[in-house]
Amino acid sequence: MCCMIDSDIPIINSKLLREKIQENSIRIVDVRRDQEYQQGHITNAVNLPLAKLLADDSSESIQKIAQDLGISDETPTVIYDDTFGALSSRVVWALQYIGHKDVKLLDVTFSQWKDLGYEISTEVPEIETATHSVKINPEIMATAEYLEKVKENKNVVIIDNRERLNYLEQHIPGAINIPYRTLASDGKILRTKEGMKTLLKNRGISEDAEIITYCGSVGTLSGLAYYALKSIGVSNVKLYVHSFKEWKSLEKPIDKQENANYWDLSAE
Amino acid sequence: MAQQLRPSKPADKQSKIDWSRRQEAENFAETVKLFRQGKIDPDMFRRFRLQHGAYGTRMTDDYAMVRIKVPAGQVYPNQLEKIAQLSEMYSIGSAHFSTRENIQLHWVILEDVSEIMQSLSDVGMTSREACGNTVRNVMCSPMSGVCKDEIFDTTPYALAIARFMLRNPICQGLPRKFKFNFTCCEKHGMIRIVDVGLLPQIQEIDGEKRKGFKIFLGGGLGNRSFVGHQLEDFTPVEDLLYTSMAVIRIFDRMGDRKNLSRNRMRYLVNDLGWEKFQNLVLKERAVVKATQSVIVKLNIDDSVNEIQRPISVNDESASIPDGYARWEKTNVEKQSQSGFNSVFIGLEAGDITANQLRSVAEIIRDYSAEGFARNGFSQNIVIRYVHDDDLKSMYSRLIENGLAKTGSLTMASAVGCSGTTSCNLALTNSHRLAKEVQRKFLELNYDEDDDLKDSTIKISGCPNSCGQHQIATIGFYGGGGRHGTDMFPNYTMSLGGKFDEDAMLGHHTARVPVKRIIPVILKIIELFKENKQSDDTLAKWIDRVVSGNESSKITGVDDIKKAIAPLIVPPNVEDEPDFYMDYGSDTNYHTVTGKGECAA
Ligand code: HEM
Ligand code: SF4
Repeated sequence: MCCMIDSDIPIINSKLLREKIQENSIRIVDVRRDQEYQQGHITNAVNLPLAKLLADDSSESIQKIAQDLGISDETPTVIYDDTFGALSSRVVWALQYIGHKDVKLLDVTFSQWKDLGYEISTEVPEIETATHSVKINPEIMATAEYLEKVKENKNVVIIDNRERLNYLEQHIPGAINIPYRTLASDGKILRTKEGMKTLLKNRGISEDAEIITYCGSVGTLSGLAYYALKSIGVSNVKLYVHSFKEWKSLEKPIDKQENANYWDLSAE
Repeated sequence: MAQQLRPSKPADKQSKIDWSRRQEAENFAETVKLFRQGKIDPDMFRRFRLQHGAYGTRMTDDYAMVRIKVPAGQVYPNQLEKIAQLSEMYSIGSAHFSTRENIQLHWVILEDVSEIMQSLSDVGMTSREACGNTVRNVMCSPMSGVCKDEIFDTTPYALAIARFMLRNPICQGLPRKFKFNFTCCEKHGMIRIVDVGLLPQIQEIDGEKRKGFKIFLGGGLGNRSFVGHQLEDFTPVEDLLYTSMAVIRIFDRMGDRKNLSRNRMRYLVNDLGWEKFQNLVLKERAVVKATQSVIVKLNIDDSVNEIQRPISVNDESASIPDGYARWEKTNVEKQSQSGFNSVFIGLEAGDITANQLRSVAEIIRDYSAEGFARNGFSQNIVIRYVHDDDLKSMYSRLIENGLAKTGSLTMASAVGCSGTTSCNLALTNSHRLAKEVQRKFLELNYDEDDDLKDSTIKISGCPNSCGQHQIATIGFYGGGGRHGTDMFPNYTMSLGGKFDEDAMLGHHTARVPVKRIIPVILKIIELFKENKQSDDTLAKWIDRVVSGNESSKITGVDDIKKAIAPLIVPPNVEDEPDFYMDYGSDTNYHTVTGKGECAA
C-alpha cells in the first residue's frame, strides 16, 4: 500500500486499483444504495450508502462509520460510486475531514469499471471493526460565515458547480459557474490534468488562489469539483459543504441574472 | 416483443468534409484573454467574435451564444452526440435548432467558447462565419434528394458553395451578412427571401440535358423585407460559382458600409433598381470568367449516397402504438424512393435536451438508411430513408424519448426566435409564446385538421424578423403597448405571408396583446371555418382576404380587424394583472434591451 500513496493527489487510477484489489489491507467502499451494491460491486468492496453519511455528518458519526467499515487511521481506503464521482467525492472528503490520510477517489464510476471489463462480484466481505481517531482538518471546509468573510478577498475564488440555469437564477454574489458536467471526460469522472488546467487558465483562475466550491445542498457536485482541483495539485481548496441550501436559509445575499427568460430555452 | 435477428449495424457514417480548423480555438482563447485585459478594442473584438460564430447575450458581456454551422443541414450521429455533451458541459443542457439549419448553444461563458470550438473540431464542425458579415450557413432543403417534385439533388452544390466560401478572403469583410439557400422545389425551400436562392432546373439543348438553376437575388427579411428577383431563365451549373462570385464582388464593392440598418444586399438592389443590378451581375460574371488565371472550380462531390437499410426492427406481432396514425399523418412525408419516408421530428421552438440529442443519434443509426439527418427550416430535424416497415417501431422509440410530438408538418409547429430568452434586442418572449401556441394547437388537435395544414405561424421578438414572421400565414413581431401608465407586451400581427413561387410578405393587420394572441388566432380560424369554401384551406382563404378577393362575409382585412377588436381591448391592471406580464415572467412588463449587434 505504500504504492497507493505515490503522490499527494487523493485520486487513484482504476488500473492501479485493479492490481491492488486482492490486498486485504485495502478497504474499497461502494457508496451506492444497498440494493445496487448487492447486485454486484467491485471485488472486495464494502457498502456505505451515501444517505447514511448524510443523515448525520458530525465528526463522531463519520468516525463511527469508518470504524464500522473496518477503516483504521492507517487503512488505505478507496471510494467509488455510479453517480459521476460526486457521491464518492463527498465521502472521500468526509474521511479527510476527520483526519484520514490515505483515502482516494477512484477515477472511474462503477459502470465505467465494468465497461473496462474489470472484476466485479456479489460476495460481501466480512468486516472487522477498527479504531479510528478524529483529528479535524478544518482547512478543507468552508462555513457560511467564513465564506462571507473572505468572499471579497482578491485571492479568493468561489465556484458554483450547479447547472447553468440554476446558477443564472440565483447564486452567491461573486461566484463563478463551472457546472459539474464540465469536470468529466470520456470514460473518467475527471478531466485530464491538461484539460483541467486549460479550463482554469481560460477562466483566469490562478492555481494559487484560495478556491471555495459549493453546489445545491450537500456538497456532492462541489465535492467532485474539490477533487478536480486537487487532481492538478491546487493546494488551497475548501468545500462549502452545506452549500447553497444553507446559504439561502440563512438569508444571505443572492445574485441573479436579471431581465432574461433563459428557462424558456430549456427543453426539459 | 419477439426477439428479432439484428444484423450488426453498419459502420457509423461520418461527415466527409471537415469544416473545422483547430488553431482557431486556441486563437480565440488568446483573443478573449487580451480583450478581458483591455488590450483589444471592444469593437474589434466583437467583429472577431462574430466572425467565429459567437453572438452576444442579453444584458451581459459574460456569456455568448455559439452558433454551430450545419452546411446543407446535413448532421451526423457523432456530431449530435458531441453537441449533447457540449450542451451539458458549457451551456444549459439543451441545444437549439434554428431556422437556418444551425445548431445553437446559449448562455455559454465567453471564456469557454474556445473549448467548444476545440471539441467541435473532433467531429469536423465549425462555428466559423456563422455570424457577422460573412457568408452564413449555406442552406439546402431538407427534402433535397428525396423530394417528389425535385429535378435534381442540389445538396452537392450547396456543400461545394459552402466549402468555397468558408474562410475565403473575399468573404471576410462584406458590408453585411450574406445568405445562400438551395432547394429541391418551390414548396420546400425559401429561395426568394435570401440574397441568393437557387432552384434546380434542367434544360434541353440540342437533345442534351443540362443541369442548372433558376437563381433569385436580393430577397430578404428584416425591418424592410423584399422578395428576390430571378437573374435569368437558366444558369448552367458551370456558371454557379462565377455567378456567386460576381454577386458577392458587386455587393462587396457597392454595398452600403455606413448605414448599418440598410446594408443588406436587398437595399442595394432596391436602390439601383433591378435591371441595373441585373446588368451589373451579368457583366461582372463575364469579367470574373475572363480574368481567372487558373480555372476555379467548385469541388462537387457527386458520388451517390450509400443507402443501406440498417436493421429490420419491424415486429409484425407488435400492436400499433397509441397515437400512431396522428403522428404519421402530421410528421411523415413519403419520398420519391418507393418504400422510404422522411420523418420530421418536432421540437418546441427548436429546443432539445442533451439526452434527446443522444436518442436522435441512436435512432438515426437504427432507422435511417442514409445514416445521417438533415436540419429542417422550422427549427426541426428530419430523419430520412426510414423504411415503411420500420415506421411504427421508430414511432415507439420516439415516444420513449419525448420526441414524438405531432404536427411537425402542420400549422401547429409554430416558429419562435430567441426573444428575451437570450437576445439583446428582444422586446418580448417570442420563444415561449411559440411554445404556448404549439401546445394549444396540439391540445385542440388542430394538427389533424387538413384545412390548417399548409398554414404557418411564426413569431419574432422584435421587428428584426429572425422568426421569419413576414412569410407566415399568421405572423407576429413583438413590441410594447401601453394602457394608461401600464405597459404590456404587444405584438404586430401580419396575415397572408408566403414563401413559395407567389412569395409575398404578410399584411400588417392589428396589434395584439400577448395574452390575447391565442384567442385571436382561434378567432381567425373560427371566421375561416364559418366562411370557407368546401375545399378551402386557411392559407388560401387568408390569401383571398388580404388581397380583397374574398366574397363571403369577410371581404377584407378590415372585417378581420372588426371581428377581433373586442378581444384586444386592454383590461384594467387590477382586473387582470396577468395581461401586463409576458410569458415566463411574474412581474409587470417593461421593455429592456441591450446593445444590438446584428449589424456587427
Ligand atoms: C438588427 C439586428 C438583426 C437582424 C436584422 C436580424 C435578422 C435576421 C433574419 C432576417 C433572420 C432570418 C433568417 C432567414 O433569413 O431565414 C435571422 C435569423 C436569426 N437571428 Fe437575427 N437578426 C438580428 C439580430 C439578431 C440577434 C441580436 C440575435 C440574438 C443573438 C439574433 C438571432 C437570430 C437567430 C437565432 C436566428 C435564427 C436563424 C439562424 O440560425 O441564423 N439575431 N436574423
Ligand atoms: S427578431 Fe428580434 S428578438 Fe428575435 S432574435 Fe431577432 S433581434 Fe432578437
